[in-house]
Amino acid sequence: MVIPHTNANIKIEITNLDIWFDSTQAVKNLNLKIYANEILSIIGPSNSGKTTFLRMLNRLNELDSNFKISGIVKMDRKDITKMDIELLRKQVGMVFALPLPLPLSIFDNIAYGARMHGIKNKQKLAQIVEQALQKAYLWEEVKDRLSTSAFKLSGGQQQRLCIARTLAVEPEVILFDEPCSGLDPISTAKVEEAMLKLKKDYTIVLVTNNVKQAARVGDRTAFFLNGDLVEIDTTDKIFTTPSDQRTNDYISGKFG
Amino acid sequence: MIMNSKKSQKIAFFLLLLATLLIVVPVGLIVVIIIQKGIGAISWQFLTDIPRKGMREGGIFPAIVGTVYLVTGAIIFALPVGLLAAIYLSEYAKDNFVTRMIKLAIVNLAGVPSVVYGLFGLAIFVIFFKFGTSILAGSLTLGIMILPVIITTSREALESVPYSFREASLSLGASKWQTIRHIVLPNAIPGIITGTILGIGRAAGETAPILFTVAAFYLPLLPKGVFDQAMALPYHLYVISTQVPNVDENIRYGTALVLLFLVLFMNLIAIIIRYKFRKQKKW
Repeated sequence: MVIPHTNANIKIEITNLDIWFDSTQAVKNLNLKIYANEILSIIGPSNSGKTTFLRMLNRLNELDSNFKISGIVKMDRKDITKMDIELLRKQVGMVFALPLPLPLSIFDNIAYGARMHGIKNKQKLAQIVEQALQKAYLWEEVKDRLSTSAFKLSGGQQQRLCIARTLAVEPEVILFDEPCSGLDPISTAKVEEAMLKLKKDYTIVLVTNNVKQAARVGDRTAFFLNGDLVEIDTTDKIFTTPSDQRTNDYISGKFG
Repeated sequence: MIMNSKKSQKIAFFLLLLATLLIVVPVGLIVVIIIQKGIGAISWQFLTDIPRKGMREGGIFPAIVGTVYLVTGAIIFALPVGLLAAIYLSEYAKDNFVTRMIKLAIVNLAGVPSVVYGLFGLAIFVIFFKFGTSILAGSLTLGIMILPVIITTSREALESVPYSFREASLSLGASKWQTIRHIVLPNAIPGIITGTILGIGRAAGETAPILFTVAAFYLPLLPKGVFDQAMALPYHLYVISTQVPNVDENIRYGTALVLLFLVLFMNLIAIIIRYKFRKQKKW
C-alpha cells in the first residue's frame, strides 16, 4: 500500500533534535518526519539511540533526571514538550520490550488507562475492554477468564494484552519498543499481524533489533547508528539498494 | 576436588545451622521460662481485676488497657505520618545529597535509645504543648519513637515495587499520583504492614518513653480520656519487680506473660491482614 507522504499528513515532525544523558549524547541532530498511518521501522545496533528516540515521543525519557534535550518535536504541529504530559501519553501509547502487565486482573489491566482518564461507567468499561482485546486478537483466548491475573497468561498473550491496554486509551500514535524480543515465532507473527491491521487507524513507530521484522511490517525504515540517523527511506529501497554502505553492512549482518 | 567441595558444603551447612540454633534457642527458652513461671498467676481475676494490696494481689487490668490504648494511639499517629513521609522520600524527593542524608538520619534514629525519646516527649508534649502526663503525650512519644521503623520499612516496600510497573502506568497517561495510588501503594502494603508489626512490638514493650510522659505508678481507675494518665504493662512490670518489695514471683512472670501475649496477639492481627493482601498480589 502506497500512502502519499505529503506535508498534509505529517503526524510528527522532528527538527534538530539532540538528546543527552549527562554528558553522553544519545541522539545527534535528528531531523525526521513521521506520516500518519504509516509503520516506521527503526533499526540499528544497541546504543544507536533508537530507544531513546522512541521514549522521546511520549516523554518517558524525562523520568531520568540526567536527561537533556534541544530541538523541536511537534505532533500535529504542536510542540510536545509544551503539551500536558498526561494528555500526550494518552495520545502516544507505548508497548515495551518485555511484556509488562500491571499487577492486576486481565480486565483491570485493559480498563486501567480508561479509569485513570475518568471513565467510571461499568458498561462503557466492559465495552472498551472487549473492543481493545479484539483489536489485539486476544479476546477469544481470554474472554472467559477476564478476572484472573494477567500474569497467568503466556508471554505472547501478555504482549498482546499490553497492546490491547495501549489501544484502550485510544491513542493516535503507538510506539513499539522491540515488542517481540522475548517472543517465539508464532507469537511474533501474531503481534506483527496486529500491527499491520492497526496502521489503518494509528501511526506506528517500531523499534526493532530484528531486521527481518522491519522488512516484513515497515512502510519506511530508518537506520540509526551511534545516535545518528544514517538513512531513511521506503523499506523496499533500504533492503534492496540502500544508499549508505553502513546500512548495507548492517542489514546484511556484517555487524550488529 | 569433589571430596573437598562436599566437605566445605557440609561445614557451611553446619555453621549456618549452628547460627540459626543460637538464635532460636534463647528465644525459645525465654518463652518457655516465662510461660512456666507465669502461667500459675493467670486467672480471670488476674486479667480483669485492679491491683490490690500494694500491687501484691489482685489483677493487672488497668495496665493491659493502658498498653492497648498507648499502642493504638502510637500507630494511629505514626502509620499515616510515616507512610506519607515514606511516599514522599521514595517517590517525589530528588535523589540528591540532602535526600540521602535525610534517609540516613531516619535509619539512624531507629537506633536512638528509647530514654532519649522519653525525655524528648517530656519536653515537647508534656511541657511545651501542655498535654501533661497523659495518654496523648505517651502515645505521641511512642509514635515518634516508632516512626523511623515505619518510614524505613515502608520506603523499602515502596521501592521494591518494580520500576517497570510505574513506567507502564505512566505510559498510559496516568499521573504520578494515580500511579502511586493505584499501582505502587497496593503492592507495597504487605511490606508496610511488616513495618507496623515491628512498631507495635516496640511501642508495647518500651518502658523509658512512657516513664515521664504517661505512666502511672498505681492508678486503679481506668483512663476516661486521652488527657488522663494510665498504667502500662512494661512500666508496671518494672514497678513490681524493683519498687515494691515482696511481690510474688508468679505475679511478675504472669505480667510478663500477658505482655508477651498481648504483643503476639496484636501482631497476629497485623499478620492476618498482611496475609489477606499477599493473597491478592497478582505477581
